[in-house]
Amino acid sequence: MKRLNWKGALLRPQFAALAAVLFINWLLFPGFFDITWQDGRLFGSVIDVLNRGAPVAILAIGMTAVIATKGVDLSVGAVMAIAGAVAAVMVTSGSPAIVAVAAALAVGLLCGLWNGVLVTYLEIQPIIATLVLMVAGRGLAQLVTEGSIVTFSDPVLIFIGTGAFLGMPMPVVIAVCLMLLATLAVRRTALGLLIEAVGVNRSAARFAGISSGVLLLVVYTFCGFCAATAGLIVAGDIRGADANNAGLWLELDAILAVVIGGTSLLGGRFSIPMSVVGALIIQAMNTGILISGFSPEFNLVVKSGVIILILVLQSPLVSQWVSARTTALPVRGPKRKPL
Amino acid sequence: MADTARPVVQARGIVKVFGQHRALDSVDFEVRAGEVHALLGENGAGKSTLIKILTGAYQPDGGEVLLDGAPVQFTDPLHAQSHGIGTVYQEVNLLPNRSVAENLFLGHQPTRFGIVQRKQIYAQARELLATYGLEIDVKAELGSYSVAVQQIVAIARAVMLSGKVLVLDEPTASLDHNEVKKMFEVVERLKARGLGIIFITHFLDQVFAISDRITILRNGQLVGTKDLNQVSATDVVRMMLGKDLAFHQQVVGAAESVQGPKQVEFKSMGRAGRVAPFSLSLHEGEVVGVAGLLGSGRTEMARLMFGVDPADSGEVTVGGKSVSIRNPAQAVAAGFGFCPEDRKLDGIFADLSVRENIIIALQAKLGWFRALNHDEQIEVAGRYAEALDIRAANHDMPVKLLSGGNQQKVILARWLAIDPSFLILDEPTRGIDVGAHAEIVRTINRLREEGLALLVISSELDEVVAYSNRVVVMRDRAMVAELHGADIAPSVIVAAIAENTAATGGTA
Amino acid sequence: MNRALRPLVATTAIFILAYMAAILQFPNMLSTRVIGNLLTDNAFLGIAAVGMTFVIISGGIDLSVGAVIGFTTVLNAILIMWVGLHPFAAFAISLIIAAAFGAVMGAAIHYLKVPAFIVTLAGMFLARGGASVLSPDSIGIKHDLYTSISKSYILLPGGGRLTIIAMIMLAVFAAGIILAHRTRFGSYVYALGGNETSAALMGVPVARTTILIYTLSSTLAGLAGIVFSLYTSAGYSLSALGVELDAIAAVVIGGTLLTGGYGFVAGTFIGVMLQGLVQTYIVFDGTLSSWWTKIVIGALLFMFILLQRLVFSASTPTRNVFWKT
Repeated sequence: MKRLNWKGALLRPQFAALAAVLFINWLLFPGFFDITWQDGRLFGSVIDVLNRGAPVAILAIGMTAVIATKGVDLSVGAVMAIAGAVAAVMVTSGSPAIVAVAAALAVGLLCGLWNGVLVTYLEIQPIIATLVLMVAGRGLAQLVTEGSIVTFSDPVLIFIGTGAFLGMPMPVVIAVCLMLLATLAVRRTALGLLIEAVGVNRSAARFAGISSGVLLLVVYTFCGFCAATAGLIVAGDIRGADANNAGLWLELDAILAVVIGGTSLLGGRFSIPMSVVGALIIQAMNTGILISGFSPEFNLVVKSGVIILILVLQSPLVSQWVSARTTALPVRGPKRKPL
Repeated sequence: MADTARPVVQARGIVKVFGQHRALDSVDFEVRAGEVHALLGENGAGKSTLIKILTGAYQPDGGEVLLDGAPVQFTDPLHAQSHGIGTVYQEVNLLPNRSVAENLFLGHQPTRFGIVQRKQIYAQARELLATYGLEIDVKAELGSYSVAVQQIVAIARAVMLSGKVLVLDEPTASLDHNEVKKMFEVVERLKARGLGIIFITHFLDQVFAISDRITILRNGQLVGTKDLNQVSATDVVRMMLGKDLAFHQQVVGAAESVQGPKQVEFKSMGRAGRVAPFSLSLHEGEVVGVAGLLGSGRTEMARLMFGVDPADSGEVTVGGKSVSIRNPAQAVAAGFGFCPEDRKLDGIFADLSVRENIIIALQAKLGWFRALNHDEQIEVAGRYAEALDIRAANHDMPVKLLSGGNQQKVILARWLAIDPSFLILDEPTRGIDVGAHAEIVRTINRLREEGLALLVISSELDEVVAYSNRVVVMRDRAMVAELHGADIAPSVIVAAIAENTAATGGTA
Repeated sequence: MNRALRPLVATTAIFILAYMAAILQFPNMLSTRVIGNLLTDNAFLGIAAVGMTFVIISGGIDLSVGAVIGFTTVLNAILIMWVGLHPFAAFAISLIIAAAFGAVMGAAIHYLKVPAFIVTLAGMFLARGGASVLSPDSIGIKHDLYTSISKSYILLPGGGRLTIIAMIMLAVFAAGIILAHRTRFGSYVYALGGNETSAALMGVPVARTTILIYTLSSTLAGLAGIVFSLYTSAGYSLSALGVELDAIAAVVIGGTLLTGGYGFVAGTFIGVMLQGLVQTYIVFDGTLSSWWTKIVIGALLFMFILLQRLVFSASTPTRNVFWKT
């Protein structure tokens, strides 16, 4: 387990970016940081950012692990739609909510497993392997809902999307729990290190005795699980499953959140909490654009600007320029000690 | 040297420095029109650096390149090609997904109104290849032909576009006997046409079959240029592997040391097309050196032992118990460690820290759920970094910032951390400065004294002699000799490597 | 047989078999009317898929084509209806902007050394967002040219109509086939997809070719946008949503290797027609629902990805050689 150096962590550019976006939001809307307590839960713009950002944050948690292995999962948006559809159809046909939720999560695991098998055992490139489910997934979701938007009034599902726990909206609670659990799971076990090793150099990982196959399978399956969780939240939020629009383009937001969080698309070092921060930055921008009166589509333009900025910052050209300006690290002097 | 022909290309006093490493140190080289000039040396000797300078891929840090007597500065291989120097690489640098004809003419296709004249190209391609004695369907995908045909297509393209000098960089590495013969017929034809041919290979018999002169490099320095009829195979091996092997003091201390019980045994292990079945057992406290030229099957043998390539025959016993080794994870579980030859590709995790690089194999062996905590990691990494004297400012810095020698020690530390019973080191001293060199050799000796069984592959014969209790010699993908005691001497090893057929298994 | 041809042959066979099966069930499907509609309804997809074919053969991917189509429809509508330009002037401006957009993406991919999918993802956001900023609402296009284009067609024997936009698509395919297989640029595209290092060593201008490939893709997406606006007589920022996925699927089903280096523009045509056939069948059937299209396309995509792995992983040289002695 890495000891978190809070002072160092808070100095990261992502936190500065989040603070800057929040500050701009505050300038645009002076009441931005106001939080009120009403009906046993918190309300306010900041809470709204957390609440709306939760689905992408949850997707980003799973996506982080996939990207750390040098992969990518394009199907998470479609898996969200499938999971939402499964849960909605099951509760409307009379199944208990707990069974419906379990089934939706199981379907998510299955979708992730499918991607994992294609990537690991059929050795299909991740972007191509997950494209299959991205294309077919929405059709499958529509198959489940039979094309209509299936609405429900099941209190448990609605609670997942809109309820509150200790004053916090449920999506936020779920996202935080998942983030903590995932972080503990990768950092308290050896998983995190092994994932990073496979992502940095798969050949060297093999030589070091790491069986990357099972590892990849677990990572993609977990990503499917996260997508299903996000799908449940979105369905609960709108009290229905919309196979066409649930999670549409969210895979791209999730990838963006991970990249903003500092995990390289080339694999290796990753941080799940930082990806969640990335998701919050995206949502804070969305909210800012909304409250400043621009059309929500303007978001897309801003997002593309952010991607371009990150691409330029991460490009080899820029890193060459930076490394040319920094001096070599000092190395401990030779120790004279016979072996 | 007879000046029967003028030199087409000359390199004078070439120096090339990478970081602190002098890859080439004032090397002279020339090739004349109508000669085949073999360039020899082990990996890291500087062959490919020299070739890259001659063909414009690198710029020299000192010295000059002359073409027909006039100094030239090539900016890139295309530039060199347009001035008459063409190159054919070992891994064919053509497009297997395109037709033979397109590979010959890509970028130079005759067009009319922008439309490529395919019939014309096909006819020209057939004609061109016929001059190389090759009659094939030029419309077919290049990748559907054998490597030999691909090589000849590559030669045809290079000669067509250059015309003065042809560099053949290990063109025969993956060809069978007949294909090599065909390739040599082509080379003879080109030689007769007056081309200067630079031939790089590590197959000595091929050098003797076709070359007129040889130049040998060792550790970035010129060992010498000789007319081939003045030297024997043994001379060549000696020039490649040892500085002054004939006068080298006999370090036989290693051979005398006591051997413990049998640790690992490989019985008639082999893999078709890679290594002929071999048997070898190693004892506690024993170093077995592996000598052989590049391509002799020495690395392939190590890969089989460690399960990188699964063997298709043979069995392994560790401490008397039979084990199955089909992949590296099983090898690690059996207590094996392997420091691979290509550190960058197969060894280090460049972006991970020194500490993580050291503990990774131990962690892989412990499994997912028995994670070493931070303190344990620091302790393990610290212990082995200390033992091997790894010089890093701190153990949290990325391993890529360390020097080659320290990276090698990190990988060694990684394996020591799993408390191995058997360690394979493939070229542990390659690309490492002289000081670190000696340290690695000392470490090998110390590990042996501590009771480890080691298999060390090296092309540095004086090193092999310094630490080996036994030496096995590889040639033509087979284990051809096993040397003991007083036979562990550079001259005997050189003879065993250079021998063609006679007296192979004498002491085995 | 050339192994690269195998997936194409498979696609063609599947198309013919599927069409025959459909005719057995619904004899009405064998008519020039159906074929004419198939061509017209999929014209914009076909045009975009030609560009995607080049991108995928070169080893890249372009996620921005749907968004560029959407953007172009909006830009056209605005230029014609609000600015009052003649449609041809509007078309020219749209194509130039689309081309410039593609060139910038190509340059970013080459010079910034970033994966194509992330660059074109940014492009997708930018084009969709830009279109919405121009006009979030659908703009109807009313112009004599639009009316006359939608009214003119060649009457096929049997009552089918070969519309102008169908002819544009067929022309684009013809041009694409020549460009891919009969020009130096085409051979450079295959070279990049085969092995970029080798290509560079063989003198392929890698930067220029990369930029041109994405320029071509975006320009064709722009043309597809123009055709889409002719087809719907409207400009809408959210039109052609997800068309990039349909285009990628058409390309792969048409026998182009997703990892690059092999493929046929003509195969893409069959890929597009196969998708259209699935939709037409569902319409004819009446009981099947539209989502089956996506599922079938996904299944076909998966099948062809598997087929490609089988065909291209067994890459043992087999060809006989005649040596002259």
